[in-house]
Amino acid sequence: MPRVLARIAGLAMRYPWRVGLTILTSLLAAVASLMLPRLIGRSIDQAHHLLAAGSANSDAAQAALLWTAGLVIAATLARGFLTMWAGYLGEYLSQKVALDLRRAYFQQLQRLSFGFHDKIHSGDLITRGMLDLEGTRAFIQGAMVPALSLTLLIGFAAWMMISADPVMAAIGLGFTPIAGVALARMGFRLRVTWLRVQQLMSILTLTMEENLQGIRVVRAFAGRAFELGKFDAASQEVLEHQYRRITLRFRGVAWMQASYYASLGALLWYGGTKVLDGRMTVGGLTSFVIYMSLLQAPIRQVAMIFNAMARATSSGGRLFEVLDLKPEIADRPGATALVAPQGVLRFEHVGFRYDAGGKQVLSDISFEVRPGRTLGVVGPPGSGKSTIANLIPRFYDVSEGRITIDGIDIRDVTLASLREYVGLVQQEAFLFDASVGHNVAYADPWAEDERIVGAAKTAQIHEHIASLPADYETRVGERGVALSGGQRQRMSIARGVVPGPGIMIFDDSTAAIDAVTERRVRENLSHATATKATVIIAHRLSSLMHADEIIVLDDGRIVERGDHASLVAAGGTYAELFELQSRTTSGELEAAE
Amino acid sequence: MSEAVAEPQVRKAPRASLGSPEGDDVFGVFDPKVARRFFAYLGPHRKSFLIAQVAVLFSAASQLSLPLLIGQVVSAALRHQTERFHGLLVAFAVAGATFSAAFFVGEWLSQRLANRVIFDVRRAMFAHFQDVSLSFMDKTHVGRLMSRLQGDVGSLQEFLENTTGSVGDFVMLIGIAAMLLAMDLQLGLLTLMVLPALIAIRAVWLPFSKRAFRLARDASSNANSALAENINGVRTVQETRREHLNYELYAEKAQDNFKAQAGAAWMGQIMVPTVDALTGVAMALVIVVGGDAVLSGRIDVGVMVAFVLYVQRFFDPVRMLSMQYTIMQRAMAAAHRIFEVLDVPVTITDKPGAPALTAEAPTVEFRNVTFGYDPARPILHDVSFKVRPREVVALVGPTGSGKTSIIALTHRFYEVDAGQVLVGGEDVRDVTLDSLGRTIGMVLQEPFLFTGTIEENIRYNTVGATREAVVAAAKAVSAHDFIMRLPEGYDTKLGQRGRNISVGQRQLVSFARALVADPQILILDEATANIDSFTEQAIQKALKVLFEGRTCMVIAHRLGTIRDADRIIVLNQGRILEQGGHDELMASGGLYRHLYTSAHASFDDQVVAATGDAEFASRS
Repeated sequence: MPRVLARIAGLAMRYPWRVGLTILTSLLAAVASLMLPRLIGRSIDQAHHLLAAGSANSDAAQAALLWTAGLVIAATLARGFLTMWAGYLGEYLSQKVALDLRRAYFQQLQRLSFGFHDKIHSGDLITRGMLDLEGTRAFIQGAMVPALSLTLLIGFAAWMMISADPVMAAIGLGFTPIAGVALARMGFRLRVTWLRVQQLMSILTLTMEENLQGIRVVRAFAGRAFELGKFDAASQEVLEHQYRRITLRFRGVAWMQASYYASLGALLWYGGTKVLDGRMTVGGLTSFVIYMSLLQAPIRQVAMIFNAMARATSSGGRLFEVLDLKPEIADRPGATALVAPQGVLRFEHVGFRYDAGGKQVLSDISFEVRPGRTLGVVGPPGSGKSTIANLIPRFYDVSEGRITIDGIDIRDVTLASLREYVGLVQQEAFLFDASVGHNVAYADPWAEDERIVGAAKTAQIHEHIASLPADYETRVGERGVALSGGQRQRMSIARGVVPGPGIMIFDDSTAAIDAVTERRVRENLSHATATKATVIIAHRLSSLMHADEIIVLDDGRIVERGDHASLVAAGGTYAELFELQSRTTSGELEAAE
Repeated sequence: MSEAVAEPQVRKAPRASLGSPEGDDVFGVFDPKVARRFFAYLGPHRKSFLIAQVAVLFSAASQLSLPLLIGQVVSAALRHQTERFHGLLVAFAVAGATFSAAFFVGEWLSQRLANRVIFDVRRAMFAHFQDVSLSFMDKTHVGRLMSRLQGDVGSLQEFLENTTGSVGDFVMLIGIAAMLLAMDLQLGLLTLMVLPALIAIRAVWLPFSKRAFRLARDASSNANSALAENINGVRTVQETRREHLNYELYAEKAQDNFKAQAGAAWMGQIMVPTVDALTGVAMALVIVVGGDAVLSGRIDVGVMVAFVLYVQRFFDPVRMLSMQYTIMQRAMAAAHRIFEVLDVPVTITDKPGAPALTAEAPTVEFRNVTFGYDPARPILHDVSFKVRPREVVALVGPTGSGKTSIIALTHRFYEVDAGQVLVGGEDVRDVTLDSLGRTIGMVLQEPFLFTGTIEENIRYNTVGATREAVVAAAKAVSAHDFIMRLPEGYDTKLGQRGRNISVGQRQLVSFARALVADPQILILDEATANIDSFTEQAIQKALKVLFEGRTCMVIAHRLGTIRDADRIIVLNQGRILEQGGHDELMASGGLYRHLYTSAHASFDDQVVAATGDAEFASRS
């Protein structure tokens, strides 16, 4: 059994009482079930012997038959209730494990740092949390518990049969080794195929999803045939592997069935001969036939069990892969909450690379931002601007040097307190599929209405919100009203302002806002953040030309620094950029003055 | 900071929610029309379907004969009929082998068939999505479309995989009843009496079970939607330290889901003892009445054995059939939704025998075009203009002025309500869509990149383009340098939607894509903002290359782009306000001049303010 399955079973073992109860009820159900062959065999013998004896003492005979019939009803009733309990307990157990897994997975995803989320497609994570989690759960209900009760049933049946007639038992159970071999072969290959089917299916899903999301590009480039080609290629491959899976599965089942009937036939021949010779009663033979018929149903089940095992092996593997990751960024042991009476942000010779041995994204970055002061950061794409922003709330950890707030290394304080202290407004504003109010209050859902409205006013979005059909209750996002890029950015600025952080960082968060509005937003913000250290990252110089210090980045290094006037006077990259922007968008700068 | 954390007991409910599940119903009613349409997909595979059915009949018949044979074997053994005994054993062997083989063929074929048909259905839907009007695609959320393509198709698959089996089960049910009655009418009737009891109990149980199932499904879709939302917004969640609250919200949904699932499990299991007890009653009847009959010599011991064996498996087909009935109801609801999608009319299609467009002179002309997404509220009113070959025309105007509609109509994404759109002198409705698409290239405002390498994205469906052509295009639009700086150059895999490159760089890749396609007419919707000045320079240079030797229509937001145009068309509220060259418009002293002199980074917003759009004006 692969280690993954053992681990899933281990998750169920957290509920030893329920597992024990499941085993017990399954065992008792098997016992009740295996009472039937003997009872029925006995009734047939009763009828037959009385007939053979010719002593038609019909009263005694009927009493005996009635007694047996009563026992049969009792046995089936007991079997029914016990099977029900076993089935319910098994499913309950599996749902309990699923609940544990859901919680763990959800928390793990929230804990894993940006570095992890950068590398994995969100759709993949969703699939793992839905389909793979279900596949893992189904192992307990569809494989572990049935395998257990099956083993009990077969084992108990074997014992009953052997104690009745060892040779007959040997013949009757002769099919099990053959079936076992067929199963083992099927199980292994099924697992491999199943894994492949799942991989191919996710490619197909991605193909369809991207086609629908990019439908305008598809139409614009007359890409219908091309896209159908992609779809056909992906789906054909899924189909072929599904065919392979089906063949494997039913070939296995057919072999099991054939071997079962061979055993049953042999049993009939051997037992029938014994009856012919008078060495066995007809009831004895019948009870063996019924033992066999009780073993038949599990044969179908076995294929399902193996299917569930194959699925769980790959699903569980994919789920545990995520659950086992260690968050790269976590509180140090003994980390304390950040207490920063002043709020001085310092970068001390900070260097950064995303992966060890990867490209150096930042090198030797040093600066200090005191409360009430503003730092501007400018540079071409890929120069490391956003990285600086993401290092401050520790979405990534520095590779060299250190970042301090009031002299305390940010790695020595708790993440929660640090992120509460640092407010970051990102360039691409993610809005949740919820009301405007929920989105603005996202960082502090308990904020008073006045704070929400105040923040929206600061971000120059209040009037727009007020004009929406249900103002702050209007739903935005995928199934709500659409907002323009600039409106989304203003929403996200409002969201950033609500909790009133000690240090504010704007990562190109006004790029889609027109210059006039941006200027108003900035004025409002300068009141709101007058006593706080502020970092503004932008490519529109008018956004940051009033900063107390501006650093110009290129390829992860600071190439120029100073205030606007000195940088323009220096005649370097900044001056060149300023000149360029004044020429193409002269009005914008005028408006900002 | 959040002072609310102080007193958790008295704090008010947070302004917070997580997830927004879909409310599709799970169960549908049987609709013969839907069923007929659905079975039409089996048409092309009629032969294997029939073979599967025959195989299933064989397997049912052979399975049916087994208990009878066993009973006969027992009888023969008792009566010392050695020859008959051996003959029956051979018959048993044949029946067992037939069953195994027929079972394999039937199941194997029908499962393959189910998968095949499902892929056909999925393909039909996918292809339909390529053809239906963009207005349908615009207003339907991708997640919903995906749940049609995945979830609903899955329900159909489940149904189909079991269909042939159900035929077998049905035959078994009838067969067993017939066998019982044939062997002994009295005893047969007596045992069959438990059947109505079972059906009655099931009828009572079914609505409860459906309710539980529905609850379970809703609960799980609730929890899953919350999970999905949190994954998509995980960066914001971490930025705003919402981990704890969101976990609480999620844990509640997960707990609800657990309860609902356990409830559904209970409802599922509760029928087990009923069926078992009824089986027991039937067996007891056979023992008492059958045993009596054996005693009185009315029936053979073998018959009693056969009776017991039949009764034992009597309820299997009943259980399977009623399960299949539930599956069918789910499949019906799914099929209904699928056909709803397939029935969305394809409004824009090639006329029969429409020729390919041969635009020798690549012109674009609008003749008195009136158009609105909702015909009652036209967006364009009687718009006429003509773009000459290799002329660059800039479209300028506020949001809602109709610029986007003009370019969409040129590509025949929508149909005009009145008037005509001509490309190369031909009405766009008279030529094939495919040739139109190859004549007109389009660059959208928000560049969409597919999962794959940079090279694949630039090439897109110009499959004949060599690596050299791709590189040449990238060089021409100044994308080459940044591409070469990426870890694997042109073979760099783009992340989800090109997350690993900047917005401006994505724009450049989409320019290169248009250049490789080399259309005669280029339509470009310029990105409004979000482009850094460094890339901006590259983009302005790239635009000149793109415009070179092509007929171009540009929705322009940048003064630089507008100044480079041969002609500017100023739109307002769906009408052409003025048009001409930059100098000409400046001289005329109209809206354009006003805009230009008080110019802003984004031309749009200014125009909006100038025209007094309520929403924006209220701000100033």
